[in-house]
Amino acid sequence: MEIEKMTALELSKAIRERKISSCEAVKSVFSQIDKWEDKTQSYLDIYRKEALKEAEQTDKEIAEGIFRSPLAGVPVAVKDNICINGKRTTCASKILENFVPAYDAEVISRLRAAGMVMIGKTNMDEFAMGSTTETSAYQTTRNPWNTACVPGGSSGGSCAAVAAGEAFLALGSDTGGSIRQPSAFCGVTGIKPTYGTVSRYGLIAYASSLDQIGPVGKNTADCAALLEILAGKDQKDSTSIKRGDLDFSSALTGEVKGMKIGVPEEFLAEGITEEVKASFLEALKAYETMGASVEFFSLKTVKYMIPAYYIIACAEASSNLERFDGVKYGFRASDYEGLHDMYKRTRSLGFGEEVKRRIMLGSFVLSSGYYDAYYLKALRTKALIQREFTAAFQKYDVILAPAAPYTAPRIGESLKDPLTMYLGDIYTVAVNLCGLPGISLPCGRDREGLPIGMQIIGGLLQEKKLLCAASAYEAYRGRFETAAERGMA
Amino acid sequence: MKQYETIIGLEVHVELATKTKIFCGCSTEFGGAPNTHTCPVCTGMPGSLPVLNKKVVEFAIAAGLAANCKIHQFCRFDRKNYFYPDNPQNYQISQLYLPICYDGWLEIETSAGKKKIRIHEMHMEEDAGKLIHDEWEDCSLVDYNRSGVPLIEIVSEPDMRSAEEVIAYLEKLRLMMQYLGVSDCKLQEGSMRADVNLSVREMGTEKLGTRTEMKNLNSFKAIARAIEGERERQIELLEEGRTVDQETRRWDDNKEYSYAMRSKEDAKDYRYFPDPDLLPVHISDAWMEEIKSRQPELRDEKKARYMAEYGLSEYDAHVLTESRALAELYERTALLCGNPKKAANWFMGEVLRLMKEHGMDAEQVSFEPKYLADLMKAQEKGEVSPQNAKKVFERVFLDNTEPLSYLEEHGMKIVEDTKLLEDTVSRILEANPGPLSELRGGKDKVLGFFVGMVMKEMRGKANPAAVRACIQKLVNQK
Amino acid sequence: MGKIDDATIENVSILAKLFLTEEEKEKAREEMQKMLDYVETLMELDTDGVNPETHIFGSENVFREDEVTNTDQREAMLSNAPKQKEGQYQVPKTIG
Repeated sequence: MEIEKMTALELSKAIRERKISSCEAVKSVFSQIDKWEDKTQSYLDIYRKEALKEAEQTDKEIAEGIFRSPLAGVPVAVKDNICINGKRTTCASKILENFVPAYDAEVISRLRAAGMVMIGKTNMDEFAMGSTTETSAYQTTRNPWNTACVPGGSSGGSCAAVAAGEAFLALGSDTGGSIRQPSAFCGVTGIKPTYGTVSRYGLIAYASSLDQIGPVGKNTADCAALLEILAGKDQKDSTSIKRGDLDFSSALTGEVKGMKIGVPEEFLAEGITEEVKASFLEALKAYETMGASVEFFSLKTVKYMIPAYYIIACAEASSNLERFDGVKYGFRASDYEGLHDMYKRTRSLGFGEEVKRRIMLGSFVLSSGYYDAYYLKALRTKALIQREFTAAFQKYDVILAPAAPYTAPRIGESLKDPLTMYLGDIYTVAVNLCGLPGISLPCGRDREGLPIGMQIIGGLLQEKKLLCAASAYEAYRGRFETAAERGMA
Repeated sequence: MKQYETIIGLEVHVELATKTKIFCGCSTEFGGAPNTHTCPVCTGMPGSLPVLNKKVVEFAIAAGLAANCKIHQFCRFDRKNYFYPDNPQNYQISQLYLPICYDGWLEIETSAGKKKIRIHEMHMEEDAGKLIHDEWEDCSLVDYNRSGVPLIEIVSEPDMRSAEEVIAYLEKLRLMMQYLGVSDCKLQEGSMRADVNLSVREMGTEKLGTRTEMKNLNSFKAIARAIEGERERQIELLEEGRTVDQETRRWDDNKEYSYAMRSKEDAKDYRYFPDPDLLPVHISDAWMEEIKSRQPELRDEKKARYMAEYGLSEYDAHVLTESRALAELYERTALLCGNPKKAANWFMGEVLRLMKEHGMDAEQVSFEPKYLADLMKAQEKGEVSPQNAKKVFERVFLDNTEPLSYLEEHGMKIVEDTKLLEDTVSRILEANPGPLSELRGGKDKVLGFFVGMVMKEMRGKANPAAVRACIQKLVNQK
Repeated sequence: MGKIDDATIENVSILAKLFLTEEEKEKAREEMQKMLDYVETLMELDTDGVNPETHIFGSENVFREDEVTNTDQREAMLSNAPKQKEGQYQVPKTIG
């Protein structure tokens, strides 16, 4: 089998059996990058030399019989909002154009400890604010299935890289759907873990109460294996949690007989395209065929999800992004008169339009006279949404939903009307508001051939249930080829 | 002119005496080279996250309990958002909605008697960095060594009416923090800082006037002057029929005037909201009890005990407890020598005298209490004269010299040599026939003269009582 | 409820430290108004007596012990500073 067609676990097995070396795997990734990167523009930085060095090291260890982890020697791409010691970390923003952190994010330490090889940094929406990766200050990443289309966002670079075979696995981050939605658009699999499962230390915050790092891969098993490496309590992140059930791969049984699946009927009521809906309903049928029960139920808070999400996310973002001021790191405007002018010019030139829009909104909803009406109201709404999900998970093992109401839009379409773009997050934001785990995996393609994704949502800490459900569906569906394997447009 | 009443409330910031900063493992040590005590967390690097220092919570609870506060057993941190370069994240992590301690009081005493000052709240927060003006390039330089040093801010109700009350309140707070071991509270070093909220109103009226907030007060004297200056300024405005603006003013102690700190860029809208990076703090009854049980004896209790148990005067007990360090030194000495009153005399006399002479704080006094106790015992036993004891104590006080061997080595120990004493006495009696006959004639005053002569001759090595007895014996014989 | 006028935009841009051109201000005003009109739907939801939830998991205390764990990292911290002088971050003159 050609290396680039392997899944991460197939590759790691071959590396362990010394049929393929980690160096060969890295070289294979680089040849895919050479082949496709011009088209997809997935990466902001590529670590050609260091990756090979790291791979050599891993090969040496493997020759000595040291296997640091089930994914030792496997190349992985990293979203550019995750700090790597000594490597430029920009959040795809001009304001951090030259920022080189002197510390590793906790997940990076874990990748190193697992003997994985970092290939480079992937493009994203600026500060993870966007649903298309078009708000990047540096380049427009294209969907490997159709380069006229966006890859989704904000982890568009990571998802496009996996879809184009330019990475076996990638790290993404998900604040309101930023792993799950681009995974759906790119036909790959991505997990947003339960809040607190993966340390946020070294993840440049967008909205601290919603952000989670998660894996992107070719299938559920690959993602589960990477999540096992990423997950775990970290003393440096107060919100990270200690949990004992981190053997996620053990849940990939494919057995869903008797599983109770709930589907919020409001999700299918409006705004969804016929093709996405049809494909989703097909998937539901598949579950019934496999012996699961599927039931529609009413989720009354659906229309409040996006308002609550944007208020909370923008409020936190307005504060989180205050530190970018031209004093300690990053860009500083060259002409200014005095301190406050320096702040204003630096931030106005350094931030892109979407980021400024969200900072303005967030500053407003926290400002005197509006805090109660907007911010507190959103937190109360969030509590009600949580209650509704808690009640639903008393009845159902998992909840199924589409990952996005449509397939990947054309480049240039979405940013024209921000509000319409925000509405596209309807299926994903509640998972973040409630801290729940969610997985997005491909369930079909539209008539243009663009992938369609579906989402499985679990209760708090119920990753295993959703992994089980995902693995069953994958077994039923069969292998979903990547864009690279199909021959990209 | 109308009579005006001054209404004063204080916001006091106290730097806590923890080893590390509130949210990271950097040292809080004073005086390091700029930015040598910094890390990603306290310089606001992207991706860094705060983790709360447990000791800060314990210190805050201890302070709250000592100031008769209630404790919010579920409390939280909020972000206070404002841009300034000494604040690396451009938000300060503080507490607004659920401060750890609230509704307390402290009792102060002034010349007018005792009075309760209510405490509105105490909350935990992080300190800012230091800005230094660079004359050469006309710019500012930022040092983040102090950024993230833990503070508690103690907000009083507007219960004070004069500078005297303000100083008494600050003294009370300072001693309380010191006794608790929570802070050293040094105004000069900035580990205690006070902002003064002041308004005036016509005597007899109910309604509070518009208040101003004064910052940059770094000594008790500056605070007293600032209060007087601001009171006069406000009264003058009102007398002229003008109004007082609610504003923040900066006190310039050299010019003895305050200046408004105003800028249109200071929107004064801090957009407080709960910090999502920090979890709420749960304070159990058990934890509070544990902290209460570890609470040391505080000043008022100590003072009362010195009076009741040791029989000290109120004045002595007051002075000896004015610093926890001094009180501890005194107490250990008292226990070791077994005579608290005599020990108090030594402290009120020699210890305070030497401290004053050498310009030392109680914290700088470091002699071994056992040495003073040994010296006191030696004097008790007549082994050293009071004068020599004082001389030796100076060595103990300054260099921690072991006093008994010092006495031996320097020949200051009283000699039990009866022959030598008798020879000396008789020689001196013979050499002074005039006074001798006066003594014989019953003039007891002259006895003192002879004792002094003998002591001088024997360089203090004799026991004055023995000298006296010897003189009387020889006079009667001759 | 929230009516966004020029003064609001002016105030928010001061708070957020953003410099907006007249054109940008107008656009920001329109967009923010549109967004607020949209989130207005929250007001119809009865949230009386509902506790504003801040954290997903928050029932246990998370603390550090008071032990010094960091060594001098000045060079690393300052290495990204746009302007520095004598081991310090250089900024335009501050008042007070």
